[in-house]
Amino acid sequence: MDFIKILENTISAFFGIDAAYFALAAIGLNIQFGYTGLLNFGQSAFMACGAYGLGMTSQYFGVGMWWGILIGIALVIILGLLVGIPTLRLRADYLAIVTIATAEIVRLVVRSVRFKQYFGGSDGINSFSTSFRNLNPFDPGAQYGIRPFQYSGYSLWTMIVGWSLVIIFSYLVYMLMKSPWGRVVKAIREDEDAVRSLGKNVYSYKMQSLIIGGVVGMFSGMIFALDRGSVQPDNYSRDVTFYVLTALVLGGVAKVRGSVIGPMMFWGLYVFSDNFLRELTKDKPFSIFGVGIIQKAQVGPVNYMLIGLGLMLLMTFRPQGVFGSKEEMALDGR
Amino acid sequence: MDAERTYSELAQRARAALSSVQASPGVAKPDPILLAENVRRNFGGVTAVDVAHLEVQRGSITALIGPNGAGKTTLFNLLTGFDTPDNGEWMFDSKNLKKVVAHKTASLGMVRTFQLTKSLTKLSVIENMKLGATHQMGEKWWNGLLPFRYRKQEAIIERRADELLKRFKLDHMRDQYAGTLSGGQRKLLEMARALMTNPRLVMLDEPMAGVNPALKQSLNEHIRGLRDDGMTVLFVEHDMDMVHDISDWVIVMAEGRIIAEGTPDQISANPAVIEAYLGTHQGKSLLEEENA
Repeated sequence: MDFIKILENTISAFFGIDAAYFALAAIGLNIQFGYTGLLNFGQSAFMACGAYGLGMTSQYFGVGMWWGILIGIALVIILGLLVGIPTLRLRADYLAIVTIATAEIVRLVVRSVRFKQYFGGSDGINSFSTSFRNLNPFDPGAQYGIRPFQYSGYSLWTMIVGWSLVIIFSYLVYMLMKSPWGRVVKAIREDEDAVRSLGKNVYSYKMQSLIIGGVVGMFSGMIFALDRGSVQPDNYSRDVTFYVLTALVLGGVAKVRGSVIGPMMFWGLYVFSDNFLRELTKDKPFSIFGVGIIQKAQVGPVNYMLIGLGLMLLMTFRPQGVFGSKEEMALDGR
Repeated sequence: MDAERTYSELAQRARAALSSVQASPGVAKPDPILLAENVRRNFGGVTAVDVAHLEVQRGSITALIGPNGAGKTTLFNLLTGFDTPDNGEWMFDSKNLKKVVAHKTASLGMVRTFQLTKSLTKLSVIENMKLGATHQMGEKWWNGLLPFRYRKQEAIIERRADELLKRFKLDHMRDQYAGTLSGGQRKLLEMARALMTNPRLVMLDEPMAGVNPALKQSLNEHIRGLRDDGMTVLFVEHDMDMVHDISDWVIVMAEGRIIAEGTPDQISANPAVIEAYLGTHQGKSLLEEENA
């Protein structure tokens, strides 16, 4: 077994582009779910807004890439209003139901044949990242850095942009949550009637939180699309929403550190377990005393099982996540 | 009642004004801060609140009493915009509140607390207090990103919050999570937080529920203090000793209606009140009733 390779891949995944775009999505979700208590199960829809905002610049509007940000924000606001207006007056559970349904509707609409001219149907959109590639100061073909931090020129470029956005948004969220605005949304998470009785427009704050979190999630979708060089409708399915949520909980909700390090650890663990299982079954199926445990073709599903098991253990023994506050956790249900 | 008590000028004026008011349900007051007319709320077939006329004298401490299910809390919810009546008009300081939503009533100067205390457990005590201040610049998200835009106001708010915490003897808990406070301390915090909105009318829903006798005494003093500072207090309470002790005027509700009004002494002698609380056959033993 090649332990060095497993270790290298794991470390590399910690800082990889997947962790970066997950971190952006988690920072957005943290504003909504962690701080404001909005159970948004449709973060993938906001990510799709970013990816399709970018993709549509070339596919439909025929304008430059930078317009993608504006189109994306416009899409996020429209989506936020559509989802928020009917549900934000209701209890949190309803938002969860509506957002999960909305995310599916968004995915099915963008992959539909009917709207192929706008969204490219199930093929998605592929030709939008030229100007982003042209901005790349590195040689896209060459390898940069030393192992384990070795990336191609293009990966390095998207990683730098992705992690820069992570740093910028972490800082902005930190500032926002330290401000009186943050105080109001945290109070809404605790008890919205109390906040209302003190003269704050709870509904408006929830809407702001939903949209601001959506805009950060939108950037996540953009980075993902730029890295892959394509926008695929099925990249914005329920799985993504729940992996991001998982990564956030792993790091610890309502903590800026948690929303960044959680995704890094999520991908680190994911790649570690995947590589480990692959190495284990590389030559022959793994068995103990002649009883077959796992073979090559089963690595993918078993890996997900292990991730699930790990998270169950985490929730049982450390429900506050890695950076969450145990004291805050203990205040629940009092 | 404590005869030794000295009353502030404002309190004396309110008491003098009320002394000439006739003790009958829905009676007009010389200077009402709150006025409700024909407020009715049905839940299905049940009429929870049906108040023909209600006035609360400015600068007074008015108690709202009544047996469980009399509609006191529902009336609070209606007056503060937390619930919408089927019918009726109500005014605060001669402003019609019919179309005013809950969060706007607080900025108009009318603040309420809740029967089940709503302390924001995962915020510190001081954060709870600062939340109460109205018209904060930093509560706009774009200002939230620019600390220099709200820092000065925040300092002023914090100073005021600290003063109030001291007055309510919560200053030693300043930086603790509100969730670590005892039930009584939470009541105090909720009251102090409500005062951060600079209200003219404070509506307290059962401020004494679940509070130990020693703390009750100091809560009493705090409520009197509000009146002495020029605020009007309307509170719901079941503790008759306390009602008798601190209120200037008592309004009695039963089955959604106002059945009696008057000074505490008049109320404790009112047969309609005794009947509402104890039933028609008070005095007779259950055995007697069964035999009859």
